[in-house]
Amino acid sequence: MSDSTEHLVKSFDNDLKRLRDMLTEMGGIVESQLAMAAQAILNRDAVVAMRAVEEDPKVDALEREVEQFVIQMLALRQPMAGDLRRIVAALKITGDLERIGDYAANVAKRSVVLGQYNLPYSLAGLAHMATLVQEQLKSIMDALGTSDTAKAVEVWRSDRVVDDIYNALFRELITYMMEDPRNITPCTHLLFIAKNLERIGDHTTNIAETVYYAVEGEAIPDVRPKGDTSAYTVVKPKE
Amino acid sequence: MSATTSSASSIPGPAKDLRVSRALGKRRHRINFVVKTLCVLATMLGMVLLGSILLTLIWRGAAGLSLTVFTNVTKPPGSGGGLLNAIVGTLIQTVIGTAIGTPIGLLVGTYLAEYGHSSPLANAVRFVSDVLLSAPSILIGLFVYQFAVEPFGGFSGAAGCIALAIIVIPIVVRTTEDMLRLITPSLREAAIGLGAPKWKVIVLICYRAAMDGIVTGVLLAIARIAGETAPLLFTSLGNLNWSVSLGQPMASLPVAIYQYAGSAFDDWVQLAWVGALLITFGVLAINIAARLLLRRGK
Amino acid sequence: MSMTTAPSESQNTSFGNVQARAASAMNPARISIDNLDFYYGEHKALKGIGLDLPDRQVTGMIGPSGCGKSTLLRVLNRMYDLYPGQRATGQVMMDEMNIIDPKVDVNALRARVGMVFQKPTPFPMTIYENIAFGVKLHERLSRSAMDERVEWSLTRAALWGEVKDRLNTSAMGLSGGQQQRLCIARTIAVRPEVILLDEPTSALDPISTLKIEELIDELKHDFTIAIVTHNMQQAARCADQVAFFYLGEMVECAPAAQIFTAPKQKRTQEYVTGRFG
Repeated sequence: MSDSTEHLVKSFDNDLKRLRDMLTEMGGIVESQLAMAAQAILNRDAVVAMRAVEEDPKVDALEREVEQFVIQMLALRQPMAGDLRRIVAALKITGDLERIGDYAANVAKRSVVLGQYNLPYSLAGLAHMATLVQEQLKSIMDALGTSDTAKAVEVWRSDRVVDDIYNALFRELITYMMEDPRNITPCTHLLFIAKNLERIGDHTTNIAETVYYAVEGEAIPDVRPKGDTSAYTVVKPKE
Repeated sequence: MSATTSSASSIPGPAKDLRVSRALGKRRHRINFVVKTLCVLATMLGMVLLGSILLTLIWRGAAGLSLTVFTNVTKPPGSGGGLLNAIVGTLIQTVIGTAIGTPIGLLVGTYLAEYGHSSPLANAVRFVSDVLLSAPSILIGLFVYQFAVEPFGGFSGAAGCIALAIIVIPIVVRTTEDMLRLITPSLREAAIGLGAPKWKVIVLICYRAAMDGIVTGVLLAIARIAGETAPLLFTSLGNLNWSVSLGQPMASLPVAIYQYAGSAFDDWVQLAWVGALLITFGVLAINIAARLLLRRGK
Repeated sequence: MSMTTAPSESQNTSFGNVQARAASAMNPARISIDNLDFYYGEHKALKGIGLDLPDRQVTGMIGPSGCGKSTLLRVLNRMYDLYPGQRATGQVMMDEMNIIDPKVDVNALRARVGMVFQKPTPFPMTIYENIAFGVKLHERLSRSAMDERVEWSLTRAALWGEVKDRLNTSAMGLSGGQQQRLCIARTIAVRPEVILLDEPTSALDPISTLKIEELIDELKHDFTIAIVTHNMQQAARCADQVAFFYLGEMVECAPAAQIFTAPKQKRTQEYVTGRFG
């Protein structure tokens, strides 16, 4: 794609590279944030949790930096076609990454609260979900770096699994809450954690779509079925 | 000096020896000074010569300038003659010569610029016209003598008009062609793009755009023929009596000057000076008018 | 401990869908070019061009210098007739007429296909006469009808307000931008169906340029427009569809949104992003 040949204006190529580097850096921070948050839940480690939360301002600052840089490039370089798609994609991806960072921080905060409760059940499902989401995020950042649309489509499809686990967890946690009202507080936190991980998956999917469009110039030629059915778990809407 | 050295050496790339470039600069200045001095001297020489001619003319001519010059025809020496017939003769022959020569020159110039371009015929016409432009005017006089004087049994004002017209033609051809060629092709294309046929484009657009230049050319042609003597000697000859008939020999200022200046009578010589003064300032006025027109065009 | 809730869900509104909408918005062809070749003497300047100019829409033509885009424009009103040695083969259909057929009445054709040039070319006459010149070539109008036509065309060219008090002064006294709008007014005064614009703003300042672009946008309600431009942003702003030319061939023609966001051809992509050659 447009990376293969050099731009007539070298400094423009430099700007594009700087934009890629900024996204890579941001992706790296968010990935570690997510890893720390997962670790904080599973190991009940409040110190790691706080470190995950403390990363957040860095991500926010990077997002603003990317935004400003993108606006500057749009105004000064007036990019077209592939360049335009990549630059606008960077703007969208930085937004998604920032949200992912927020969710990860929120997960970490809730893990601190959870630490105060004795949980009478396994967190295996949640751990699996966290691992999957982490893998997705890593894959999509790789796909972004190498303009690999096949990988992007793969990530996009794999979100289905995350949704399935989320739906199962939702039912499971509701069951616990119905068994014993004392479970309500920790389970509500667990519900939100699961929801946050599911949302992270959705944002990863967004990034996959953006990467695909930036590289190919068209939307992913397929419709992904909506995976989150938890909205209808207890009460089905009337036909 | 050191500042320039340091700034020059800070630019990457092949090194430049500033001493050599300074030496070359000095050399250029010396040559420049010598050539400039020569130019100024040559210009001054020309100006002095021209100025002395004009001053002499005014000095000698103004002394004889009086109303009788314009009211009386040429008379025998000592009887208070004027130049009326010569002035009128020059006016008639110049006007008719221009009136004949201008349209022909205009059409030829238009042909060369708009139709002929660089076809063999156009190149031939252009070449002939340029030769005519620089041909000695006495040859034109002889030529007209051959076909407009001899066959009709005598000198005539008409033959003078023809000779002057032949001088006008190449001047108008050249300026018309040059001026039409100066018009940008896009102006022509713009008119053609509206659906105008070629002749309308030329007549309604190109002539208007080239108007100032063409008029200037015509004025220069008038200035040229008003002072011509040689072609008239063999055609309208000159006439000491009052005559406005084109069938008769006709007086003109240049010929009158030619005849009077060489005579032995003081008052005739004086009249020749006056005639010279009149013709010089007439031509000068036309030239200035042409320049003003040309400047307005720009 | 805040309860972070998800923002409004928007993950399935991909921004690739815009092109699809623009693609379906092309009108039927006003001029239809098919298999057009053009020669400057022995040199083949256009090779097998096929392109439709959609009715009452703007077609932008872009490409590096010498790619044939201006040549194509000059085929459409037979301007090449002026120069011996230039000839065209193929089909350029406007209604039932093949424009490049030698039997076509070129003056009548040029009344239907008007042209505006790179440099403003006001005729050396008054503003009023500039407009009336073209009209008189094709119509006999009474004085009052001519007045009306002059006002109409100057109004359409967004110039009436600026010149209505000096219609009888020389057009050479107008500013560059005004002169160019006068040329557009002169062209639309003969009521053509198609207007060809050959880099109409390359000699103008940015504000005059925007005025002309606004004018083009206005004029496309009534006229089919083809514009050649070196300024890609201008093509992006003005054109409904854009054709990219390279070395006498038309590489790609697509809705402007597609050419500038997601061109199909590698050459086009390289040209519009500045990675040419």
